[in-house]
Amino acid sequence: MTKEEKQRLRKEKKQQKKNKEKKDDNASQESEKEKKSVSSSSSAPQPPTQPATQKGGSSCCSLKNVHDMVQKVTLILIFPVVKRLPEHIQVDNPDVLKKLAKKLERQQIPLRLDYGYKVSLFSHLHQYSRKAPLTQQLSIPSSVIHPAIVRLGLQYSQGIVAGSNARSVALLHAFKQVIRDYTTPPNEELSRDLVNKLKPYISFLNQCRPLSASMGNAIKYIKKEISNIPSQCKEEEAKGKLLNCIECYINEKIILAAKAIAKYAIEKISDGDVILVYGCSSLVNHILCEAFEKNRKFRVIVVDSRPRLEGREALRRLVQRGISCTYVLISAVSYILPEVSKVFLGAHALLANGYVMSRVGTSQIALVAKAFNVPVLVCCETYKFCERVQTDSFVSNELDDPDDLIVTRKGKTQLEDWQQVPLLGLLNLVYDVTPPDFVDLVITDLGMIPCTSVPVVLRVKNVDL
Amino acid sequence: MNEEELVEYFRAQMRKDPDMASAVAAIRTLLEFLKRDKGETILGLRESLTSATDCLTGVDSSVAVSSGGELFLRFISLTSLEHQDLSRCKKVMEERGELFLEKISMSRAKVAKLCHTFIKDGAKILTHSYSRVVLRVLEKAAAEKKRFSVYVTESQPDAAGRQMAEALRKLNVPVTVVLDAAVGYVLEKVDLVIVGAEGVVESGGIINKIGTYQMAVCSKAHNKPFYVVAESFKFVRLYPLNQQDVPDKFKYKADTLKTVQNLSEEHPMIDYTPPSLITLLFTDLGVLTPSAVSDELIKLYL
Repeated sequence: MTKEEKQRLRKEKKQQKKNKEKKDDNASQESEKEKKSVSSSSSAPQPPTQPATQKGGSSCCSLKNVHDMVQKVTLILIFPVVKRLPEHIQVDNPDVLKKLAKKLERQQIPLRLDYGYKVSLFSHLHQYSRKAPLTQQLSIPSSVIHPAIVRLGLQYSQGIVAGSNARSVALLHAFKQVIRDYTTPPNEELSRDLVNKLKPYISFLNQCRPLSASMGNAIKYIKKEISNIPSQCKEEEAKGKLLNCIECYINEKIILAAKAIAKYAIEKISDGDVILVYGCSSLVNHILCEAFEKNRKFRVIVVDSRPRLEGREALRRLVQRGISCTYVLISAVSYILPEVSKVFLGAHALLANGYVMSRVGTSQIALVAKAFNVPVLVCCETYKFCERVQTDSFVSNELDDPDDLIVTRKGKTQLEDWQQVPLLGLLNLVYDVTPPDFVDLVITDLGMIPCTSVPVVLRVKNVDL
Repeated sequence: MNEEELVEYFRAQMRKDPDMASAVAAIRTLLEFLKRDKGETILGLRESLTSATDCLTGVDSSVAVSSGGELFLRFISLTSLEHQDLSRCKKVMEERGELFLEKISMSRAKVAKLCHTFIKDGAKILTHSYSRVVLRVLEKAAAEKKRFSVYVTESQPDAAGRQMAEALRKLNVPVTVVLDAAVGYVLEKVDLVIVGAEGVVESGGIINKIGTYQMAVCSKAHNKPFYVVAESFKFVRLYPLNQQDVPDKFKYKADTLKTVQNLSEEHPMIDYTPPSLITLLFTDLGVLTPSAVSDELIKLYL
């Protein structure tokens, strides 16, 4: 645990103690009052006992205090520290918002405001507008945030860099630039100062677009590597080491992992297969292109959905290689599924209880495929495995710009004035969660595992670390 | 030791003890091969062991032989082979091999000990074809003075079910042979279904004699528990998605694979039962749910 976290914990414990003391004081006061009222309601011979009870009460109180302190201390020692919910899913809680505003003020990062009416079921999530990027509130050039990070934040919020792998790789490249331009201030250690420098950058990126699970894992890795730099290490050497670490991470966890997954996945593609894919997953596209290079005969059905229409990008890439494709919208999935022999899906993250978090619409496809008895294969690198547990898509999700849902057809834009209509909310969800019963196989760089074995892989990885 | 000697030794082992699993005979053969091998390097030794396993699968194409061979190779190499002298390394590997053989010869007893408690007094059991592990379990249950009756499917095309019925009659267990087509008919009378397995795959499903999948689907429809008994050396690193995905080399007998040109006219000897239809697996590693099989496989192989 870092110093700050320890300090926070100590403060929390003190607060808890104070609250308990207050409660106990009130309770003891009330008991005193009760005793008084009891004694007053009883017959007259009581009055001489009143001061006695009072005195007895106060002495009892002090003894009680000591006893309580001992109890509290033991309680706090036995009581485990509760893990706090991240702030980005507690937007409707004003205390959390106040804390966030204070933190951002301290880090000199502007607070991004929510936009438009939020559907009540999702009012605990942020909803930002693409027309108001955070960079408008920054002074350029910014003295607090490195320009590479500003650029990255803009790319995220405008959707120029999208897709789990692309975002992680862009993040790691930006961090490499930051490390290259970093100089240790005097009287500071690189291992501690650099981590503190990265914190406002991460808050900034979080404000631009909430961090994905893969990005979270990458950041954890970098922070660990930085704090493991020995203090005797010279700056140039340390920087070189860190740059090397990041290079290795990208190479091993993303590029080589894709090759390993493609190798396993190609075994599952046989001649004459009809493969269904949804949206644009860089990994699934890579697998299909590799399989085509190895002369497997198959055809692909690309399923797409509004408002992102990412399937068009996947279609473009596959057709360029010469793979024969069909393009349908998600509403036609049950029509087309009797023809399909396998479904290949990408994932944004794999949760610790075996649930698959992916682009919205994925769980629908998995459900319909299960109803038609078509095997569903999810392809996911191990660096996207996440310790979080989620059983529904409501608790933790992302709300995209609601204006994306407005479309102009035949010159008419129906939803143009949606803000004026009271009780009308536009909901543009980004992710959804698929239960493990709908997934037949998960292909990772460690091999082919059933969906229920994700916690085993996490356990094995933690042992390695 | 060349190929012919290998095959001869294997066949001799099978003849000597017909009750022994074919995988155990294969592992005995591989151990003998290791002892007689005159290789110069460890890598060469490994390669020759792998090719010996392939040769044996050419004789008996069951899943267990190939999985047993692979596990044997992993077990003997899972030790420090840092000795300078090759003969010392070989000695270490041989000792490990003997240890492995000892462990797996106890596995059937362990499985029987775990499973027989699930057979209650007065139970009616349904089983499929001839499985020596199931026989061992029923022997143990009978020895514990439990009264139960057994329905066995005939299991065409080789009518192995009749062999099972004979063996059970010798134990004085009331047994009825039913047609393969009568499984749905008989299931309402039955309390539980116990089958063996030729191979246990990574998803937690099993590969067994053809007709097992049907039995599993019917027992799921009737809500009867479907138990599988298998030794741990049958765990194999396959992951079939459906019946088609099982490799051809396991589906047909070894002689058929060598002689017949057009496999689509042959009838497969095995089928794949997915894990969603299996209630529990009894192995010498313990009583496992189908999702725990992957956990155990990761421990064995990674």
